Amino acid sequence: MDKFRMVFQFLQSNQESFMSGICGIMALASAQLYSAFDFNCPCLPRYNLAYGLGVLLVPPLILFLLGFVLNNNVSMLAEEWRRPQGQRGKDMAVLRYMFCSMAQRAMIAPAVWVSVTLLDGKCITCAFCTALPVEALGNASHHGLSQGEVKRVLARIPCKEIYDGQELIANEVAIRYLRCISQALGWCFVLLMTTLAFLVRSLRPCFTQAVFLKSRYWSHYIDIERKLFDETCAEHAKSFAKVCIQQFFQGMSTDLAATHCHPPRKAPTDAGEASEKLLGITDWGTMNTALKSWHRCKPPLHLHPATPYSSNGWAGEWQPPAQPPTQPPAPRREVAAYYSGV
Amino acid sequence: MDRFRMIFQYFQSNSESVMNGICGLLALASVKIYTCLDFSCPCLPRYNMAYGLGIMFVPPIALFLCGLILNRQSLVMLEEWRRPQGHRRKDLAVIRYMCCSIMQRAMIAPAIWIIVTLLDGKCLICAFSDSVDPKKFVGFANATLAQAQELLTRVPCKEDELMRNSTSRRAVSRYLRCWSQALGWSILLIFIVAAFLARWLTPCFNQAALLQTRHWSNYIDIEQKIFEETCCEHSRLFAHQCILHFFESMQKEIRHHSFDLAREKEGKEGKEDLLHGITDQDQVNRLLKTWYFEKPPLDVSQATHRHPPGL
Repeated sequence: MDKFRMVFQFLQSNQESFMSGICGIMALASAQLYSAFDFNCPCLPRYNLAYGLGVLLVPPLILFLLGFVLNNNVSMLAEEWRRPQGQRGKDMAVLRYMFCSMAQRAMIAPAVWVSVTLLDGKCITCAFCTALPVEALGNASHHGLSQGEVKRVLARIPCKEIYDGQELIANEVAIRYLRCISQALGWCFVLLMTTLAFLVRSLRPCFTQAVFLKSRYWSHYIDIERKLFDETCAEHAKSFAKVCIQQFFQGMSTDLAATHCHPPRKAPTDAGEASEKLLGITDWGTMNTALKSWHRCKPPLHLHPATPYSSNGWAGEWQPPAQPPTQPPAPRREVAAYYSGV
Repeated sequence: MDRFRMIFQYFQSNSESVMNGICGLLALASVKIYTCLDFSCPCLPRYNMAYGLGIMFVPPIALFLCGLILNRQSLVMLEEWRRPQGHRRKDLAVIRYMCCSIMQRAMIAPAIWIIVTLLDGKCLICAFSDSVDPKKFVGFANATLAQAQELLTRVPCKEDELMRNSTSRRAVSRYLRCWSQALGWSILLIFIVAAFLARWLTPCFNQAALLQTRHWSNYIDIEQKIFEETCCEHSRLFAHQCILHFFESMQKEIRHHSFDLAREKEGKEGKEDLLHGITDQDQVNRLLKTWYFEKPPLDVSQATHRHPPGL
């Protein structure tokens, strides 16, 4: 547990190492997923190709989409793209930057899957065993087998236990050949990916550095602004809830005092803070009534300012006042103090 | 646990040690990849050489490029190289120094791959088994040239039916492995001697200039990091001001439209108003809708004039 925490702290120490950490984790997860996967070649003529290419290409697509889904910044990008312009212009360069950096991160796991699959060799062996050049590697002419028969025999190459074409072409020779081709493809793919990554990373400072600095700053700004706005709204909601609940309790206490025809009890001055916190509710019956009322009839989402008269209609709507107030008038509600210093 | 923590702290202490750490990780990764790789020589006439030499040289190129990509200093160096001169002179010695140190670090993982490959021997056996002179080996001396070639091509494949119990196969294999390991150890020795000489002889030549270039290359790196951190900090403050300004303008709109009672409270706002004057469900909904439909302009000059930056 400690080790994880330290690894996370190290990775979070700056943005760059955090992103590298995420990429490393995704690459490892992809490799682990492949090794956990139980590959079962069907060893039938047309199914082999479908299965082999399916295992080679479908999981990378899923991993790519998953990379987008798991990235928190996708919703940020979508929001920034779709928002109305309003008073703030939209910068396409920023959107492009955000999309490119997300796509780059999302491409790592699929690239690792494809590389590991090709370097392992089982997929290509399964998919292309029927396309082996039998004339070059084996004895094509010695058997009067039709094309279909030959294909059926070749399709069984990956399944050593049921392979019966040893005279046509030796199983080991075929598998060695296919695996060699597969590994060559794998290393070429790895080289291609690293070359592309290198070019993308090194050409940027040569051509578009100023635009890059601008886009990076504003994309970071959008992210931070969204988080700060959420935090401010959360704080506001907390204060709102506090005031609303306090006003509810006070309203309860005043109502009950009015019903029982005695003035609300004045707390003795030396009890101080504790009695203030009791909000005027000091016995079993009152508390039960308060709880029942909270459940049956929650107070409206409308905090009363400190005024001598109750304010019902003014919910601060700025539609024309011809519209009726949206909340029902609160019965018998004397307005209590509006605490602004919560 | 403590050791782990100390290692992490050491590596984080400055960017050079971060780079050394990454370099070490890549070297370990290269050894691990080699051991995980399932080497299977095709044992076919032209394919052997292509496969053997391919496995020996293509992964090092990929590892070298990875070493360049993962090294943050390469970006710093490129930016320094391509920037317009402006008010600050460009010192080519600094750029050369950075380039050299980046290349040195990036070359470690590929060198380790090549050395491990040679010491293991499988690659060279696969690539050169059919270039061996068959007359030197008893089992092949009597065969015709074509047959000898065919047999030699299959030497790397131990389980091949023709080669399964052949002593000559083992002889050829041993011979090639001996050459391969000799080559591997020689290369290792050359690298270490070169590194030793480089480290010992540099103080003899131009130490003062070296100190200067090293200082300024560190400086450029640190300056860029601090610039990024300052930008982050600035964008955080900017966002804070922007949002406060937005809440205030919402508050003003509410006051303006509701002719209200809240105006009387203006005098009472001694304390900080966490509710920003927004006290109603509709007001909150309106605020959130305005936030989406009309984000405030990126201009906090009004806000900063009223709220000094200390807040």
